[in-house]
Order: sequence, then C-alpha cells, then structure tokens
Amino acid sequence: MAEVKNILLVGVGGQGTILVGKILSSGLMRAGYDVKMSEVHGMAQRGGSVSNQVRYGTKVYSPIIDKGQADILVAFETMEALRWLDYLNPNGKAVVNDYRIPSAPILMGKNDYPEGILSIIQGKVDTTVIKAGEIAKKLGNSRTMNIVLFGALVKGMNLTDINWEQVITSIVKAGTEDINVEAFRAGLK
Amino acid sequence: MKMLLTGNEAVARGAYEAGVTYAAAYPGTPSTEIMETVAEYKGDILAEWAPNEKVALECVIGASLAGARVLATMKMVGVNVASDPLFCAAYAGVNGGLVLVSADDPGLHSSQNEQDNRYYAKFAKVAMVEPSDSQESKDMVLAAIEISEKYDIPVLFRMTTRVCHGKSLVETGERQQVGQRPYVKNLQKYDLVPAVSRKLRAGLEEKLKRLEEFSNTTDLNFIDWNDKGIGIISSGVAYQYAREVFGTTASYLKLGFTNPLPMDKIRAFAKEVGMLYVVEELEPFIEEQLNAVGIACIGKAKIPNMGELTPDIVAKALLDQIRPTIEYDSTNIPTRPPTLCAGCPHRGFFYELSKRKNIMVTGDIGCYGLGGSDPLNAKDTSYDMGSSISMGYGAQRAFERNNENMRTISTIGDSTFFHTGINSLIHVVYNRGNTITCILDNRITGMTGHQENPGSGFTLQGMPTKIIDIEEVVKAIGIEHIRKVNPLNLKEVEEAFDWALEIDGPSVIITRWPCILKKQNDADHKEFGDYRGTCMVAEENCIGCKMCIKTGCPALRFNKESKKVKIDASQCAGCKVCLQVCPVKAIRKVGE
Repeated sequence: MAEVKNILLVGVGGQGTILVGKILSSGLMRAGYDVKMSEVHGMAQRGGSVSNQVRYGTKVYSPIIDKGQADILVAFETMEALRWLDYLNPNGKAVVNDYRIPSAPILMGKNDYPEGILSIIQGKVDTTVIKAGEIAKKLGNSRTMNIVLFGALVKGMNLTDINWEQVITSIVKAGTEDINVEAFRAGLK
Repeated sequence: MKMLLTGNEAVARGAYEAGVTYAAAYPGTPSTEIMETVAEYKGDILAEWAPNEKVALECVIGASLAGARVLATMKMVGVNVASDPLFCAAYAGVNGGLVLVSADDPGLHSSQNEQDNRYYAKFAKVAMVEPSDSQESKDMVLAAIEISEKYDIPVLFRMTTRVCHGKSLVETGERQQVGQRPYVKNLQKYDLVPAVSRKLRAGLEEKLKRLEEFSNTTDLNFIDWNDKGIGIISSGVAYQYAREVFGTTASYLKLGFTNPLPMDKIRAFAKEVGMLYVVEELEPFIEEQLNAVGIACIGKAKIPNMGELTPDIVAKALLDQIRPTIEYDSTNIPTRPPTLCAGCPHRGFFYELSKRKNIMVTGDIGCYGLGGSDPLNAKDTSYDMGSSISMGYGAQRAFERNNENMRTISTIGDSTFFHTGINSLIHVVYNRGNTITCILDNRITGMTGHQENPGSGFTLQGMPTKIIDIEEVVKAIGIEHIRKVNPLNLKEVEEAFDWALEIDGPSVIITRWPCILKKQNDADHKEFGDYRGTCMVAEENCIGCKMCIKTGCPALRFNKESKKVKIDASQCAGCKVCLQVCPVKAIRKVGE
C-alpha cells in the first residue's frame, strides 16, 4: 500500500496533539482521502508520553503506524522526538519542536534531560527544527504552539493544496480563529 | 452524510439510528466517550451514568423488558462487575433489543489486566459481534439490535482500544422510527427460579443452534477471495492488520459475528485455501474452537497471546518480514510516566501519607493511584474498583491475628466509593473492623475525563440532581469517627492521620477539594472560592534543600547549577503545597 501516507504526532499529554490530529484528519477527509487516526486517552494523558497517528490514502486498513513506517514525525517536545524516532521511515522527515518539558524522573533529579538530541536526529534523517514555543509566544498566545507545528507539518508533507485555514477556523474554539490562523501561517514559513 | 468518527462516537450514532431510547454506563477507558456521545442525542435517548456497571446493565435489562431498545457500555473489567445480570439476561432473553458494549484494552493502555472478553459471550451464552472500524461500529449496533430482538438474546458488542479510539469515515443514516414494544408479564421468561431456569436453559441451547445457522449465512461473516495459497480468518482490528500486511496476496474470512462461530463457513473456507492462519489479538478464541473440531490452522504458535497486536507483529510472525528502522541508542531516554497534575488536590494528602510508618496503604482505581508513584510512593496495592476498603480490612485482620504493629489505610475516590466502596465499608462496620478509610472527594470522576457522578450534583445529560452526601452515607453505615479535611492543607491532613491512628475502631477521613482540571460549577465556586493562582520562589532565600521537589509537583524545576528551585508559572495552579513544605519560607503565592 505504497500510496498510504503516515503522519505521527508525538508529545506530552496536554500539548494539544489531539486537536492537531483532528484538524489534520478533517482536512484530509474533506480533500477526499480515506483517513484513519488513532489517539491515546485515559491514564496516559496525565503528563505522559502521547502519540496521535494519522494515515491517509485511497484505502487505509490499519489505524496504527508501525516502527519504521512514518513518513513524517512531528515531535511537540524534543525528548519525545528521540523516544519515537524508530517509528520514522529512514527516508522520512522529522519536524522537531525545540521545546523541553522535563519528565518526572528529571524533575526529581534521577535523570538528566538528554543533551544533543537535535544533532543526533539531524545526523540520521531530514530534520526541521522549529522553535514553536517562541513563535507562539511572539504571536501573543503560547497555547497556539500546536498550530505552529501543524503549519510546519503541512509544509513538510507538501499538503498545501488543502484550504487549511478554513478547516482550522471551523474546528478551533470560537474567538481564537484569527490567532490560530496566524500561528498556522507562521509555522508554514 | 460522511463523517470522521471514533469507533466510540460511531457506536453512539448507531444507537441513535437503531432507535435506542435508553442507555446506561459506568465510565472506563476505552469505553467512556460512547455514553458521552449518546448523551448528545438528548430528547431521543435517555443516557445515564450508573454508579457501577452491574447497575447499568440491570437498568437496561429492565428497560428492555418494558419494551425499549437499549444500550449498556463499559470497559472490559466492568463486564466482570456486570456479569451476574448478564448471565441471567442470556436465559431470559429480551423484549426490546439489548446491546452490551465491552471495550477491551489489549496492551493495558489504561487498565489493570488484559482480559479477552470474547470468552464472556461463550461463557454466558450470548450472541457477539466484533466491529473492526468505525463504519462497522455504527452498522453493527443496528445489526445487533435486530439480532437481539429476532433471536430473543442479549448481544455482546466487543470492541478494543484501537477500534474505540481509532477514527475513520462513517456513512451515517436516519433514525429508525420504531415504537416501544408492549410489556407482557411472563413469569415463565422473567422469573428466574430453578423450575423456570431449567426450561430457559434448554431454550437457550436451541437459540444458540439457530444463531449458528445465522452465523453461517450472515454477511457479517464474509469471504474476500484473492490468492488461495494463504487463507486468513480474523476479526476486529486484527483483520485490518492482516489486510495491511497481506493485501491481496491472501484470501480472508472476516468474522463480524463471532459467537456462535460460523463453523460451516469456516470449514468451507479452510478446504479452499492452502495454509490457514488465524490472526487474533489476545487469546486464541477462534483458534481453539477450530482446533476442537479438527480444522488445522496456525495462530498462537506464531502470534503472541499478550500485548497489543500490530501489523508489524503479524508481518514478522507470519512472513518473517522485518522492515528497516533508524538505528540509534534509545536506552538512556528518561521515561515519562503519568503524574498527578500541578495543583492536584491528591498531592497534599499523599505527601502526608508518605511520611507515615508501619502502615499498609490499599489503593484503588483512579488518578489517586498515581500517589503510589515516585516520589510519593504512598501505596501498597491496587486491584479492582472498591477493593481498597475490603482488602485493607482483610489485611488488618491478619496483622491483628499475628500481633503485628501495622495499620491499614484505604484510599478511594468519590466515584469509586459510590461504585462498590460502599459495600466494602458496610463489611468493615458490620464485622467490627479497625481500618482507616480515606475517601478522596475531588467533586468529579477524574481519570476518565470528568464525568458527573452521584456526588457531583448533575446527571450525564446535565439535569441538576440530589447530591449524595458522602459524609451522610458513611454516618448511615455506622461509622462514628469521621473527619473532613482540605487535602491541600498539610497540617489538617497530618492531624487527621494522628487522630485516626489513635482510634481503636473504624474511621473515615473525607478529603474534599475539586480536581484542578474540573470546570467549576456555581456550587464549587461557593464552596471553594477563587483559589487558583501562582506561587513563586524567592531565589535569594531558596537553600536548595529540594524538600518541595519531594511533593512530585511537575511545576517545580530544580536547577542543578544554581541549586535553586524555580516554579513554572504556566503550570502552577497555586495550590500552596510546596509553600507549606518549604523549611525557609522561600515560596509565596503571588498576591498574598
């Protein structure tokens, strides 16, 4: 099934991967693709490592992406990029947010936050590093970091034919449409 | 219209289209969103949270007998709780169609075990369907309601995490306009005394025979012929994985109706193909039944019976296919376990509990189970819903018998207390127990994503209702020693433990503070005020002792170079637990 594309979003519970998955899958559906998506709920969401998997093409069977199969890995948090790197196709692309959220063992001083993650990943695959946190903050709403990353994803997957601004406007919370569209445009640059 | 729906949303849509008018559930991952979505069909369907799964199933059975089409939903371990009425319902049958959704959790994303509930269908002798994507999740509710009414039997609707939380396209339809069936009093059907049940049992065997005929002819079990060298029998999401891996290089017998199995269809399929594989997630439910009638197949000899199945596992097991991945050293990536949120009211309680010695802490199911993780570590056990109180009681008895200087402290949430904790507390009082029960009331069902419960003041569909007062319940059960505390006030919690440990007899400590993620209602505002805010560290005063870090709050950051703690303002909720722990008063709340 070579024509099926795999997008893997990873991050930390609470970072808004589910919203991006929703925007992404809605847009792909409107564009006429068969779409399947898989997300994580429940216990793992409480600050744990989360993934959101989107697959699209003419006909999709499995809702999950296997190791080595993602065409693009979008990591909302730097360390999570490394954790999920083996899910990326060696010929795929990585979009990594230069943004650290230390996990519990790091906060307690049991582990150190690993250094040099970006250069490890850059040495292995085609990588785009983005400071989505800073970009969102400059735009005036740190919480739109996820939509900045979504812009980078659309660029990375060359999905610019779809009218994403319309999709975003129809899905995000009322009153936040403009800032989210701005965040999307910033990520697309 | 085409919609992108999760399997859970699709089941709700199916219930709407099938003309279901009553539905009940207890929340549990991965099933929760089904009833939350059913609740949106207000006016067409009465949707309710029950205090537990047994009650939920009994309510829908009653409504079915009265003539309504009904739906009960629960996670797989909930079916254990509801199994008593399930077995009865199999004997008695239905009036309005009855569908029971069991949402299994292979891979234990959010569960205490990995049971395969397909065995319940065989054990209880009920019909079973297994959807493999969202379209089937919707369509099979309609099919299941029809089967239930036609064959006078409950239908177990077995889903798994990836079907529940996987989204795919669904073609929706209109709601069937069906009137409620008339109720007919019938003691020979609904009065399960031995003389009646003996007859019903014989009748059930007949029903199962007719259902096997149905299984052999229904389109829910279909064959997709391709290359006949390999034949694959599969059901649920495992079918999608098999399809992903084998494509058109194999033929498929895809089973949607899996109890009773279509043995004639399976035999015919087996004869036509070369190698026969059975691709199942978890246990060899289908494979064992094939083996029993002498159909040779390969299944669990190659595919593990534990953990979540993936296309990768299928490809490796059956085709020796290994796909290239990026090689890198992943051994030193720090883990990211779930934690109590910043501002969680449980933190203060568990911080104080973690300081106690000579205690056994029996925990329960909910966010507060995270009080057992590093650095709080205040938990000895976690089994099933409600077990904290009864297990604590049993342990206390054994310690006493052995003259050990040990006390047991049971920790249970508000919703879990209503679920089955009440029964256990009755046991404690009735049998003259000596345990300390802590009911952690955070004004909502937290872990599953904020569902109303009997203590929260609202029904699932938003009707204001009587708040069942935990303190009054505990008093009525006969507990004489009760204390209510604010769990974020460490001194109050400490004193409550001192007090309870001095008492020779059963006591209850009720902590009461809302979940930090809860959307507060008027009553919450009135009771708890506007307490949210941010704390900050005066760095010049911080001595780097890391006492505050021991509370395990994710908003606190210790800087190794400066040896100072900083508070992440974007996460901090101003609960002030760290402030109370700091020995040099270096932390203050902004504005206080």
